[in-house]
Amino acid sequence: MLEIRNLQASVDGKPILRGIDLSVKAGEVHAIMGPNGSGKSTLAQVLAGRDTFAVTGGTVFYQGVDILPMAPEERAREGIFLAFQYPVEIPGVSNVYLLKAALNNIRQHRGQAELDAMEFLALIKQKMKQMEMNEDLLYRAVNEGFSGGEKKRNEILQMAVLEPKLAILDETDSGLDIDALQIVAKGINALRSPQRAMILVTHYQRLLDYVVPDFVHVLAQGKIVRSGGKELALELEERGYGWLEGAEAAARPAENA
Amino acid sequence: MNAREHTLADYARSAVTLPGAGVPWLARARRSALERFVASGYPDTHDEEWKYTSVAAIEKQAFRAASHRDGDLAAAASLVDQLALGPGAGHLLVFVDGRHCPSLSVPGRLPAGAHMTSIGEEFETAPESLEAYFADDDQETIFAALNTVFMADGAYLHLARGVVVEQPVHLLFIATQDGAAGAIISPRNLIVAEEGAQATVIEHYVGTDGAPYLTNALTRISAAANASLTHYKLQQEGAQAFHVAGIHARQAQGSRLSSHSTTLGAVLTRNDISTAFTAPGCEATLDGLYLVGGRQHVDNHTRIDHGAPHGTSHEFYRGVLDGRSRAVFNGKVLVHPGAQKTNAHQANHNLLLSRDAEIDSKPQLEIYADDVKCTHGATIGQLDDNQLFYLRARGVSETMARSLLVHAFAHDVVERIRVAALRSRLEQILFSRLPQGERIRALA
Ligand SMILES: Nc1ncnc2c1ncn2[C@@H]1O[C@H](COP(=O)(O)OP(=O)(O)OP(=O)(O)O)[C@@H](O)[C@H]1O
Ligand SMILES: [Mg+2]
Repeated sequence: MLEIRNLQASVDGKPILRGIDLSVKAGEVHAIMGPNGSGKSTLAQVLAGRDTFAVTGGTVFYQGVDILPMAPEERAREGIFLAFQYPVEIPGVSNVYLLKAALNNIRQHRGQAELDAMEFLALIKQKMKQMEMNEDLLYRAVNEGFSGGEKKRNEILQMAVLEPKLAILDETDSGLDIDALQIVAKGINALRSPQRAMILVTHYQRLLDYVVPDFVHVLAQGKIVRSGGKELALELEERGYGWLEGAEAAARPAENA
Repeated sequence: MNAREHTLADYARSAVTLPGAGVPWLARARRSALERFVASGYPDTHDEEWKYTSVAAIEKQAFRAASHRDGDLAAAASLVDQLALGPGAGHLLVFVDGRHCPSLSVPGRLPAGAHMTSIGEEFETAPESLEAYFADDDQETIFAALNTVFMADGAYLHLARGVVVEQPVHLLFIATQDGAAGAIISPRNLIVAEEGAQATVIEHYVGTDGAPYLTNALTRISAAANASLTHYKLQQEGAQAFHVAGIHARQAQGSRLSSHSTTLGAVLTRNDISTAFTAPGCEATLDGLYLVGGRQHVDNHTRIDHGAPHGTSHEFYRGVLDGRSRAVFNGKVLVHPGAQKTNAHQANHNLLLSRDAEIDSKPQLEIYADDVKCTHGATIGQLDDNQLFYLRARGVSETMARSLLVHAFAHDVVERIRVAALRSRLEQILFSRLPQGERIRALA
């Protein structure tokens, strides 16, 4: 589903991703871990089409198509969904309008009819119930004044409504209380299917107890320095990142390597 | 011929056709205003009050006082059909090329004690009570003097003590293609609310895009003790028009004024909006929105005179600038000696949609009392990249994402309108101006 080859990206001339290789097949769940500042969010945002980062090398194929030239909205319509590490507040734009605009666009792209007002509300309310979210949040401005946990649930709500093929969840588990983590994990698991793939960026084993990954990767200094099965996450939890030789190698600036 | 000679000649030519020609005090007022104009001429950009707004283009046009004969009434009538607030929703007075048009007006039934007429008519029939409101005031701009020289008509609303007019008074000023071309149209309005009276007035200017003309309007408002007046202005002049207007209020004890001004049309707009608190406990709200593009220029000068204690003023102006447009906001707040416990808050936020648009925003606080609370804030910004990316990452096109954010920004001012028919009119205009606006409207 997703083939990333030697992906390099920089911001203001400063290299951040320094050659990422990653292959994700339909049905798989990949966890990406790694120290702060290693480039996890950058990778997630580059995949979603953020132009703050200049892609300086490598390729990204999604369902056999080179997505690097595509605008963020085209990627979203093709089924790529990014749950933001820091969901953005948008005063004056209500949550329900955003959901409707997003769903209309995506359905239109898939050749499906727009939902009428009743169908739309019924769908949203059902998904909100799943996420145990207060319906008031629908009519408030997008993420404005939402608590940290409400913002994260709102991301998963959007995902549940839009039903993407490739979901990239950037630290969706951070800042959630224990109950909320279970609810969010349930939301994620509900979407797992042989047709879908997921990339979970996380710092903690906690989420991976609920959403068990097929693969775990460690990103350090803009490179994947170790990949393994779900046991790798447990090992990281115990030992931290220091023991990974590759992590040190990657930590050296590329030009000196 | 220079501007002064031109104006003198124009006055000599048109004076006899102006209403109230036989009223001595009015003739004196016109003459003293003419003297003020002749003494100073049009302002240039060395004048601090006109630093960012050049009126050289107005001077060059050498507009002549409107003749009020060429207007196309059929076209005006169809505009009235489009623009009236709706059956039963308000008291409509229509002015075509500056003159009251009774056949298009629908004044409806006003409560006893509410007197609504055209000022031209009042000059002819009962000018005595008006003198105090028509003296030339050199605190007002030179355009106000010019208005006094040439004013031909406008609305007069008088509310006796305690009278409450429930429905809005809608003053519709239509500039027609032929009637307005090359003309200076000088509407003059007077709103007088006696003690405890209440009303809402909408001043609405529309024009056609054909030829240049100048609307030079002046509205004076007097709010007696505990009166409450709400004033809306909607400016949709033609694309080549010039629009200069003053709205000047005086407030007595415990009175409330709410002003809301929206600028959409004209190539050059200058609004001077002011209120003066003459007794304790007054309250004023000045809201404004300007949505401009192309080569439009809009200048909003506001002034609040806190001349007495326990006064409260709120100002909230927002602008959206596209193309090569330019905006000026100058918000003067004067807290006079002794005006203790004054509370004044001012905000001006601007959204620049293009690199070539420009805004000069300047708060001007002059405070001569010590026990006061005055705040102000001005911002100038572009659309937020994080917000745009977030929306696009949800499948929303860039065009629609931009429109959603612009709409959210402007809507904050539109939603302050309390007359539902006017508010929905403006929302409609907003949607029609935004790319993909109809799709945004459909989300509601
Ligand atoms: N817009 C930007 N301008 C400058 N530097 C940036 C920008 N965005 C990211 N960076 C830098 O790129 C590096 C990687 O950041 P990124 O957010 O991808 O890290 P991360 O792995 O997600 O970290 P965390 O675990 O703390 O979320 C950091 O050093 C960060 O400061
Ligand atoms: Mg991150």
